[in-house]
Formats: sequence, structure tokens, C-alpha cells
Amino acid sequence: MEDAARLLQLAINGAASGCIYGLIALGFVLIYKATEMVNFAQGDIMMLGGFIAYALIAKVGLPYWAGALLAMMITAAFGYVLDAVVLRRVIGQPQFAVVMLTLGLGFIFRAGAGITWGYDSVGFATPFTNKTVKVAGMVLGQDNLSIIVGTVLLCVVLYLFFSKTRLGVAMQAASQNQLAAYYMGIPVRRIFSLIWAISAAVACLAGVLLSPVSMIDVNMGSLGIKAFAAAVIGGFGSIPGCLVGGVIVGIVEQFAGYKLPTGFQEVTSNVVLLLMLLVRPQGLFAERMGKRV
Amino acid sequence: MRRLFRTDYRQDITLFRSNGDRFWYAVLAVLMIAAPAVLGEFYIGELGGLFIFAIAGVGLMLLVGYTGLISLGHAAFLGIGAYVNAVLLKQDVSFLITLPIAGLFTGLCGAAIGRPTLRMSGLYLAIATLAFGSIVGTVFQKWESVTGGFDGFPVPTPYFFGLALDNATGIYYASLAVLVFVLLIAANMLRSPVGRAMVAIRDSEVSAQSMGINLARYKTLAFAVSAGMTGLAGALFAHYVRYLAPDAFDVLLSVQFITIVFVGGLGSLRGAILGAAFVRLLPQFIAIVRDDLPFGIGRLPGLEPSLFGLVLVLVILFQPQGLNGMWLKFTAWFQEFPFKRQASYRRQKSYARSERLR
Repeated sequence: MEDAARLLQLAINGAASGCIYGLIALGFVLIYKATEMVNFAQGDIMMLGGFIAYALIAKVGLPYWAGALLAMMITAAFGYVLDAVVLRRVIGQPQFAVVMLTLGLGFIFRAGAGITWGYDSVGFATPFTNKTVKVAGMVLGQDNLSIIVGTVLLCVVLYLFFSKTRLGVAMQAASQNQLAAYYMGIPVRRIFSLIWAISAAVACLAGVLLSPVSMIDVNMGSLGIKAFAAAVIGGFGSIPGCLVGGVIVGIVEQFAGYKLPTGFQEVTSNVVLLLMLLVRPQGLFAERMGKRV
Repeated sequence: MRRLFRTDYRQDITLFRSNGDRFWYAVLAVLMIAAPAVLGEFYIGELGGLFIFAIAGVGLMLLVGYTGLISLGHAAFLGIGAYVNAVLLKQDVSFLITLPIAGLFTGLCGAAIGRPTLRMSGLYLAIATLAFGSIVGTVFQKWESVTGGFDGFPVPTPYFFGLALDNATGIYYASLAVLVFVLLIAANMLRSPVGRAMVAIRDSEVSAQSMGINLARYKTLAFAVSAGMTGLAGALFAHYVRYLAPDAFDVLLSVQFITIVFVGGLGSLRGAILGAAFVRLLPQFIAIVRDDLPFGIGRLPGLEPSLFGLVLVLVILFQPQGLNGMWLKFTAWFQEFPFKRQASYRRQKSYARSERLR
């Protein structure tokens, strides 16, 4: 009985970190679906978002909720400008040029954050830090629960946005067929920049939600590699898929750390990624008409 | 003004375009062989390091520049080559045998990882190689019985027909020989049907396939050759650093290799060498100007990776042909004099090629 509770707790911790991977992967997928670019700097944008929230909440002294919201807006504006100024220029260049461009941007972001906020780990007080709830005899951290709840809420908001609003439908149209969308009077370029903005805001949310669990530091962007595993499991084009993929990666990772000798936990996400590519490269949730890669 | 007047198809595939080329390459060869007699120990060591990076650069150029596939895990291949070479040398195997084995084994590793992932688009390959590099890096750290873990692995001194290659000059000549060998292989591959197939795959997979090119086979071949060359570079790298540490072969090194290829100029072997020179010289340059920079910029810990990132971004945005392109424009200015016009090198308008519906 003790063991079952322990396993369940591991699963919930895994699901929480998996939600973070899923959120980063969500950023990849949004951009990939729309522009066929893959943003290797997504993890670093999450890092920037976390630092901006830290600056607003711990330095300026805004309340947690206001600070988090403002940080998301600032990061979104950053994402918009990034696309409008830098990435729009490489349209038409080979895909790996974009890969290298975003990788290079990631290194620049790291240095920029290091110069601005220093290379030490920082954190800020959240309403969830060090609080626990007891559910059916298990002690669960509110920080982990807040990640799961926040992810679910974000998904609902995004779902409503994409299916109910004019802008959301326009984004779907631009993702499916740029030319047709353009003929229908949709400003495709601005839409793409807005998608970058949304993806940056999602990354910022991931950084804010993560902050009670782990500190914010310059190298937290390396979580991006684990998010790739999440995105690949989900099929790299499916929004629910990447969240499920993230949760799978998170849980597998927790259990690998619990059952297997040390060292295995670090590589689990990569092993899962490679296995997935070997066995079912189109992912668990491949689109029916989707891209055969 | 010089005109190349072709009268024979063979002229398309000769190694040297003209007698002038032959002359200058011969001069370069003599200079390279004579260099240790003139330059000091430090410069010879640095040149040796440059050659080692150029070997890996040529390997990666075949993959990225000519086949259009990207790998973010070549540091892992360098590491595999380095450890295979060092471990075999420790078993008292001759350097003349360990060096080729390091290359072949790494090539096989490349084929093994490439075969399943190359069925997919370049994007997935980038992700898969990133994951592969990360796994191999962890293996180097944790497999302590073989690699020594974080204690490091002292590389035994290699002997070449009884001659100890333990100083900078020895490594220099060994690297130079391997670099020339690798360049010849690459150049010969590129003027053979194999190279043509690779270039065709880069330019359009669909049309390459419809011309009867077996995509999976040529992609795997390119990946294996590229990995093998990087493995050779790794074997020499082991002797260059003399003490293998597992964390040397991380993503940053892979990004440095990619920087070689992009800064040098995609699709040119000369670019691989120019790029290697750039990547090796940039840290030296930083070290020299570090103290003279204002606001303490030179003291920032993340300066080097961010500069590599910045250079990558600037090259991709403004000079996609890299250093080789600059060199070609420079020489063309003289060859065409005085006919260079503003519009000569204007880039064509290009559109994104969708990879979706195929």
C-alpha cells in the first residue's frame, strides 16, 4: 500500500514536469504547424520569460499574478518582434538554416540573460511555494499541482481561442494553406508573427510555473531537448499530442530515476525520443492528412 | 580577365581547373610542409588543431553542404573516434591500425544511427542527432571502466614506425596527412556519381528519387562517410589534447562544427577549411582583446558561445555563402574587372518550399 502511494506520487511529480515539457513542445508545435520552422530557442525563450517574471515580481515588487501576466505579455511582444525582425528574413532558405539560426539565437539569449540578471540561480515567492495538500493519504506539493492545473487551463483557453475567435480561425487557416489564406485577405505575415508571440507567451508561462519547482537560471533552456521528445511522441503537429507526449516523457523519466541506476534518468528522454523515431516516427497522434516525414 | 573555355566534358570533373590552380596548390603544399621549420612550437600546435577541425569540417561539409542534411551530434562522433583510438592504443595496438579503426568504427556508428533516422526529413535528423549526442556524452561520463569518467583518460603516445608523435610537429604532420587524405576522398567523391547523387538529394529529394537515386542508401552513405571522417579527426584530437575529458564532447562542440560549415560557406571544401580557421582563431582573438574591451565585456563567462551564436545568425542572415562566397566575390572582382555591377550578386527572391504534401 505504501508502495502504491509512492508510485502514484512519482507519477504525479512526473506528470507535473511532463506538463512543462509539454508546454515547451506546444511552443514548437504552434510555430511548426504554421511556418514549418522549428524554434530551437524555445527553451531559451522560456528562460527569458522566467527571468522577466523574476525581475517584475522579485525586483519591481509586483504581486505574483500581475507580474506573471505582465511577463507573459512582454515575452509575447518579444516573440512578435523576433519573428518580424529576424526570422521573416530567412523564409525561403533551407530548413536547416532556420535550425542553426534559432540555435544561434538561443546562445545569444543565454548571454543576454547572463549579462542582465547574472549567472546565479534565482527564484521568487509564489503562492504555491512549499505548500502541500493531502489527498487520500498522499502529500502532494501545491507547486506540482499548480503546474498541472495551469497547463490544463491554458489548453482550454487556447482551444477556445483557436476554435471560437476570428483571429484563431485565421491562424488555423494560415497554418493549413498560406496561399489560400492570403487570397482570403488574411495578413499571413502578421499572423505568423502573432503565432510566435503566442508561442513565446506559452514558454513564459512554462517558466513561471516551473519557478517554484526549480530555480531560474541561464541554462534552464536545455529542457528544450526533452521537449523535443514530447513533440516527437505527439507527432510534431498535434497540440494535444505534444502535451500527452510531455506527460509520458515526464512520468517515464521519474520512474527511470526511481528504478534504474543513476545516470539513466538523464538519458531517458533522449532514449525515448530515439526509440519513438525508430518505431513510430509519425508519432502517436499523426494527422490524417499530415506530413509524411 | 580570365575565361575558362571548356572543350571537353572531362574538364568538368578534373581535380584542378587550370595550370594556375595546380601551381598555387603546389606552392601551398610546400609552404605547409616547410612550416614547422619556420614557425614556432605554439603556432605549429595551433595549426595542427586547425587541421583537425578542418578534417571534421570536411566531413560535416559533405553531409550539410552537399547532401543537405544537418547533424547536431558530430561532437559525439569526434568523441567516439577519440576514445576508440585511445583505448586501442592502451592495448598496445599500433597507431597505424588504431587510426583507421577509429575512423571505420565511427563510420559504422554513423550508419547505424543514420539508417533509421534518415528516412525522415532533415528536421527530425537534427533532433535525433541532438539526442544521440546527448546520450553518447552521458555514456562517456558514466562508463567509467572504459573511459575513466570525470577522472579523464590519459592518451598513450602514438608511434609512427618507431617515431614518437609526442610533440606539436608530429601531430601537425599527422593531421596534415589525414587532412589531405580526407580532402582527396571528398573531392573524388564529389566528382563521381556518388557526389552528384548527394547534390541532387540536397537540391530536391523528389526529383533525385525520380532520377533513380536510392535516397536511403546515399543519405546513409553520406552520413557514414561524414561520421567516419569526424572519427579520424577525433583520433587525432585525442593526441592533440592528450587527456580526454568526457564533457569536452558536448553540444557546444557540435555547434562549433556547424559554425565551421556555415561560416566557411555551404557547398565548398575550401569553405570547410576557411571555416575551421575562423572557429579556431576566434577564441584566440577573444583571448587577445579580452582585456581591452570596454565595460568588462571580455570578462563575461558566456562570451564565447554567444559570439559563435551571433556569428551564425549574422552569416545566415547576411552572407549565406560564407567566407568562401566572400573569397569568390573578391577574386571575381579582379577577374571581371571592370565589369562588376551592383546587381551581380543580388540574391534571387526565394520562397519557402513546403515539405508538407509529399
